[in-house]
Amino acid sequence: MDVLGRYRNLIVLVGVLFAQILGLAVQVNVKRTTDTEPTRLIRVWAVATVAPLEKTLGWLQTSSGNIWHNYFYLRGVRAENRDLKLQIERMSLEQARMSQDADQARRLQALLGFKERFISQTMAAQVIGSSGSELSRSVYIDKGYKDGIKPDMAVITADGIVGKVLRADNRHVAQVLLIDDQTSGVGAILDKTRLQGILRGTPTGEVVLEKVMSDETVPVGELVLTSGGDGIFPKGLLVGKVTKASPGSDLFLNIHVRPAADLSRLEEVLVVTKMDERQSEPDRTGAARAVDILAERLPGVPPKPESAEKVAAPASAPGTAKPATGAPTNSGSEGKPKAPPPPVSAGGGPSATQKTTTAASSSGRSSGIPASTTGPPIVKVTPAPATPVSDPKPQPATEDTPH
Amino acid sequence: MAITYTSGEQVEVYRFSIPATVLIPLTAVFLQAWLPLRFPFFTIFDLPLLVVIGFATARRNPLAGLVTGGLIGILQDALTHQPIGLYGIALTVVGFGASSLGIKLDVENAGARFLLTIFFYAVHEVIYFMIARGLVGLHMAWSWPHEFLSGMANAVLGVLVFMLLDRVKQRT
Repeated sequence: MDVLGRYRNLIVLVGVLFAQILGLAVQVNVKRTTDTEPTRLIRVWAVATVAPLEKTLGWLQTSSGNIWHNYFYLRGVRAENRDLKLQIERMSLEQARMSQDADQARRLQALLGFKERFISQTMAAQVIGSSGSELSRSVYIDKGYKDGIKPDMAVITADGIVGKVLRADNRHVAQVLLIDDQTSGVGAILDKTRLQGILRGTPTGEVVLEKVMSDETVPVGELVLTSGGDGIFPKGLLVGKVTKASPGSDLFLNIHVRPAADLSRLEEVLVVTKMDERQSEPDRTGAARAVDILAERLPGVPPKPESAEKVAAPASAPGTAKPATGAPTNSGSEGKPKAPPPPVSAGGGPSATQKTTTAASSSGRSSGIPASTTGPPIVKVTPAPATPVSDPKPQPATEDTPH
Repeated sequence: MAITYTSGEQVEVYRFSIPATVLIPLTAVFLQAWLPLRFPFFTIFDLPLLVVIGFATARRNPLAGLVTGGLIGILQDALTHQPIGLYGIALTVVGFGASSLGIKLDVENAGARFLLTIFFYAVHEVIYFMIARGLVGLHMAWSWPHEFLSGMANAVLGVLVFMLLDRVKQRT
């Protein structure tokens, strides 16, 4: 008894350590054999304890930032607006040109019975916290299972992919495993050389592309995209850029990749809550053509009086008629004489402006991401050349939760 | 400045109020999870470790030290996606060691606290590395420059944290 009293502290220490080591061994074993989570309750409670503080601080930070940016710091907005309008015009032209290629691709894919996977619904979420450990590169977002978040959902930003949902045990909080964690893995493909590999994180936080044979040549600066082979990320999303490629110790190259998304400064992300798979169909609705958009910019000719139009109509040859105000023409109705576009409020069909906007807004869909009206625009997600473009049918609305 | 050997009678034992005992570790874990998002360099600090050392050296009770360390460590583990116990074991040992050392040494001055923090930071990292690599099978990268810099940075921050803790500790 005297010995026990004398070494009481040491005995308790050994007992506590033994219990924790035993618990650790059980967790590792259970995880390895059954892939279940024996410590779910502890994690849920811990996150539920810390997350409210993080949410409150995040809300305060966002609110104060919004007040500053939306009310006080408006210098240069006019100039920026003008530049953006010019940019939209340029992009509209580019988009119209690309839609012709896309339509051709869709026709070919339809002939081949090609099935595509595309993002049909995303949910905006705010990053509220991290794991706080360099060994666990993960973050917490303010959406949980009550918001429809489930494990293995892809998490992206406008710049590139971020990671996948690891746990969604809490109602309004979920844990996201970043792509630079050593336990993560993403199927990736190099943009030009089309070499496939597996993207992994390292203990130091770097991202490497594995399983590319050492006899291949990988140029520095080449883009890395998702290959879609992991079943989590759709094909063609931007991952990052090759920063270094050197022969490894084994048969494979040692390729370092710099993620396109800044993983150390994440604020808002998009969780891909729904992905659909369907067969490509050729575009039968007729997309806006570059020539139509150019025509729209030409000086408008005022509509002729009705009587004059009646007289002139038989004289104009089919296929040569151009809308006076530059209304885009449907490919299906091409060659027919066209009436001036109805006003937007008439409800008789989209106006020229509407069509142009539709065409421009569908630019994000080339990578399978639906255009969003309120959410962050996804314009930097570069499609892979082999990536099937989505069909032009109206897509399910993107759910963007405001913060 | 130097660590001085003192007799048990000379050493003062402190305690913390219940709100401080609960809120300070929670705040430390919260800040450790939140600040790196805004300031990425903050990942080199380990606030929960500093709080464990601060509590343990003030209380000078090995049992209280190991329990505090164990609980804070488990809370820290629960926020990661790694098995629970990695931080738990490391902080249990640190809590026990810091309070045991606190009985024998005078750790009231800044210099002693600085050295103590460096020592226990190293202990923490070694234990963590061994368990993560040996028991869980994780790939760990050990970098001497990084560990040295991190140890120094934590020691500097530790002196400040201990000064804050001095304000809330109470004499028994």
